[in-house]
Amino acid sequence: MSIDLSQFHAVFFEESFEGLDVMENALLDIQPEDPDVELINSIFRAAHSIKGGSGTFGFTQVSEFTHILETLLDKIREGEEKLEPESVDLFLQSVDCLRAMLEALQAEADVDTTRADELSAMFQAILDGASAASVAGSVVAPVVAEENQPAVAEAAQQAAAAAADSASPAGYQISFNPEGDMLRGGNDPVRMLRELATLGDLSTTPDVSQLPDLAQLEADKVYLSWHMQLQGDADEEDVREVFEWVEDECELDISPLAPSPAADAAAVAPDAGLVAQGEAAATVAVDAEKSQADADKVARAEAAGTKLVMPSAAPADAAKSPAKAAPARSPARAGKVEASSIRVGIDKVDSLINLVGELVITQSMLGQMGGAGEVINEDHIANLREGLVQLEQNTRELQDSVMRIRMLPISFAFNRFPRMVRDISMQLGKKVNLEMHGEQTELDKTVMEKISDPMVHLIRNALDHGIETPEERTAAGKPEAGTIVLNAFHQGGNIVIEMIDDGSGINTDKLLAKARANGMVGEQEQLNEEQKLDLLFAPGVSTVEEVSDLSGRGVGMDVVRRNMQELNGSVEVETEVGTGTTFRIRLPLTLAILDGQLVTVADQTYIFPLVAISESLQIDRDRVSNVAGGSDVYNLRDEYIPILTLDSLFGLRTESLSYDESLLVVVETEGMKVGVVVDDLMAQQQVVIKSLEENYTRVTGVSGATILGDGTVAMIIDVVGLINLAGNDVVQASKAAGSAA
Amino acid sequence: MMDAVQQDKAQELMQQTAALVEQASQDEFQDLQQFLTFVMEGEEYGIDILNVQEIRGWGNVTPIPNAPDHVSGVINLRGAIVPVIDLRVMFSLGDVRFDENTVVIVLKVENERVNRIMGIVVDAVSDVFSLAEDDKRPPPNVNQSVSQKYINGLTEVKGKMVILLDCEKLLDIENH
Repeated sequence: MSIDLSQFHAVFFEESFEGLDVMENALLDIQPEDPDVELINSIFRAAHSIKGGSGTFGFTQVSEFTHILETLLDKIREGEEKLEPESVDLFLQSVDCLRAMLEALQAEADVDTTRADELSAMFQAILDGASAASVAGSVVAPVVAEENQPAVAEAAQQAAAAAADSASPAGYQISFNPEGDMLRGGNDPVRMLRELATLGDLSTTPDVSQLPDLAQLEADKVYLSWHMQLQGDADEEDVREVFEWVEDECELDISPLAPSPAADAAAVAPDAGLVAQGEAAATVAVDAEKSQADADKVARAEAAGTKLVMPSAAPADAAKSPAKAAPARSPARAGKVEASSIRVGIDKVDSLINLVGELVITQSMLGQMGGAGEVINEDHIANLREGLVQLEQNTRELQDSVMRIRMLPISFAFNRFPRMVRDISMQLGKKVNLEMHGEQTELDKTVMEKISDPMVHLIRNALDHGIETPEERTAAGKPEAGTIVLNAFHQGGNIVIEMIDDGSGINTDKLLAKARANGMVGEQEQLNEEQKLDLLFAPGVSTVEEVSDLSGRGVGMDVVRRNMQELNGSVEVETEVGTGTTFRIRLPLTLAILDGQLVTVADQTYIFPLVAISESLQIDRDRVSNVAGGSDVYNLRDEYIPILTLDSLFGLRTESLSYDESLLVVVETEGMKVGVVVDDLMAQQQVVIKSLEENYTRVTGVSGATILGDGTVAMIIDVVGLINLAGNDVVQASKAAGSAA
Repeated sequence: MMDAVQQDKAQELMQQTAALVEQASQDEFQDLQQFLTFVMEGEEYGIDILNVQEIRGWGNVTPIPNAPDHVSGVINLRGAIVPVIDLRVMFSLGDVRFDENTVVIVLKVENERVNRIMGIVVDAVSDVFSLAEDDKRPPPNVNQSVSQKYINGLTEVKGKMVILLDCEKLLDIENH
């Protein structure tokens, strides 16, 4: 019976990533001086299930690495080992490392285990170091003695071989008698036997005495038991580990084979139960190649040494890891991970089922009315009306429910920030508290994916430029530790995310000076506060003198704003020098719905995204002038903006209405500003965006279509496309108008 | 002697059976291609009925900005935005009228090259008929017009010529 395990991979990865998140959060919460047992348990549980899962699926690199993590965690849990701040760092790094490994596996790429090996070695050192320190020299002696065993054993073996010429290697006699129900728990003895075979030369004798007649045989019961001989120098612990998951479900007897003195010697080791510790200590001892007493000292010194090195190495590593991890991870992300699944709360599904139930009832109610041969009377009409009202309500609720399925709490995006703030503030030597509010605020999954990176950028900026060093803060009379507040809430059909820091604020004059230096703002040009602050989002402006790893290169804020605009959202900034800065991101709850302004041109309805419109006005004929036979421009408060007519751009009609009969909608986006002539303004309403490309092709100037209340289709205008459609001259003119604004 | 007669009989029956099976499978594979025919400028055209999703009356079409003349616009097909092309304009069939017979045939093609739903405007729908592959004639290669590439073949039904169209090429808007 073979099952294609790969079908469960997706679930395994999803659960493992969740497990890693749990570990990470618990590690960030934990206080090393007074560790909460429950937290350690939850870390342990997460590590344990990752190990179990990866073992089942044959991801040995992962399971081996988690095994050593788990061993140390177990010791800490039992109180045998103390949790030190450095270990927390190491654990956090292991979480990163595991995540990278799992992502590589998910992308079916090769797993880079160098980092894992480094970390394993460090954990092993902690494990050894602690045992060496606590149990002092008394243990070291036997350990070293034991470790001389391979050599001794080898020598003995050689002697035996020389004498008898037929010495067999050490091994184990294993008797494995699984309980009948083992298969039901998902454990397959065949897999264990297969794994056992990898440890050495395995010969098995099945015991079929329990096997019933074919008629009585239950297909999912185990009737066989096995007597096995495993030849080879495997550790008993390794052998036992094969059966780890079924210890309670079988009778297991493992005894060492004793054909030669060498095996005898080896047998002592498992009894002592110190193999794991011994192994690493041995490398120390062997490397040192000293006498027993020397080895004792060296072992201790080495153990202490690794520990001493760690504190200094850890922060540096932590600092490097975000930078290093980012490029390494991105290819994997770009690949398969994109088509991810979504976890939906059962309550959402339940409410959907309820609604569909109601819909079916309404349908049958309406269906009864149209029964054959019935005469329609007044009662029927009343019922019909009622039915239609119900149907309308059902439909609306159903729509809401379906939309809600795509909604996730923003904590999915927020969760990565505590770690990031911790790492970066450590690197910068700043003290920062992160407060998060409204983590349960829900927003569309697609929107969430797109705001994550801009938010990372804003927070990095706040850490790097906003929050001052503890010394500066004390000097300014502020508390030593800075505070960054993340706040999310709903407002109308939007989600608002605030990021408030109590740092130094943004010096707008510096911004202006920089912009002047870059030639973006003329020397004589005067800007008001708001305009100065807006320079923050211009490409190539940064107020920091020194460019750091994190920020200050002046790329970024413009990208942040552009990302937000792509999502039909906006980003605002408020700042006060010395007190702090607030960034406010405003986004539509879902990408599928847009706040639109309906306009009519040539009897057709078009929709402008409301966020793009800065104002609408009646055209004053005197303010329109023609630029050298080209396009018309409008003088709006001493600013010349190009005029576009939808008529001509979309080829709607040959005779345009005169300006007196039309209205001008001033739209502004991506630093471009134009006026669009329309016949009339209609209502403002939310519209559902439908793809035009699905069945047709892309149309310049149109971002999509929607269906209006009367069932007709209306085009949604893409302002940037519209400007491009108008031609290069207009693009230039609109940019000039936009930047002057 | 009896055995020989029986054997002959059995062989004959076997042959008959094989012939019947052959015939049946031919029926199945060849005869069951059905076509929907429609009329434009008095001529009959046919399209594979498997590509026809539904037939609707003409109306409520929203024009697409800067689209070619033969693209009438888009309609709302139960929430999906579906483009409609006027086949009469596309084939330059002169007089384009809209009356109570004017219909939109909604076609659907789903394969790796083309995957979309689209409507075509025609003067009227007319009939459904079945056609064997053998009865299809290649299109005459005299007509050099653009519409030539959309023609799959010709056939005769009840003494009248029917022009068979290639649905996939019709819907391949990018390569019109």
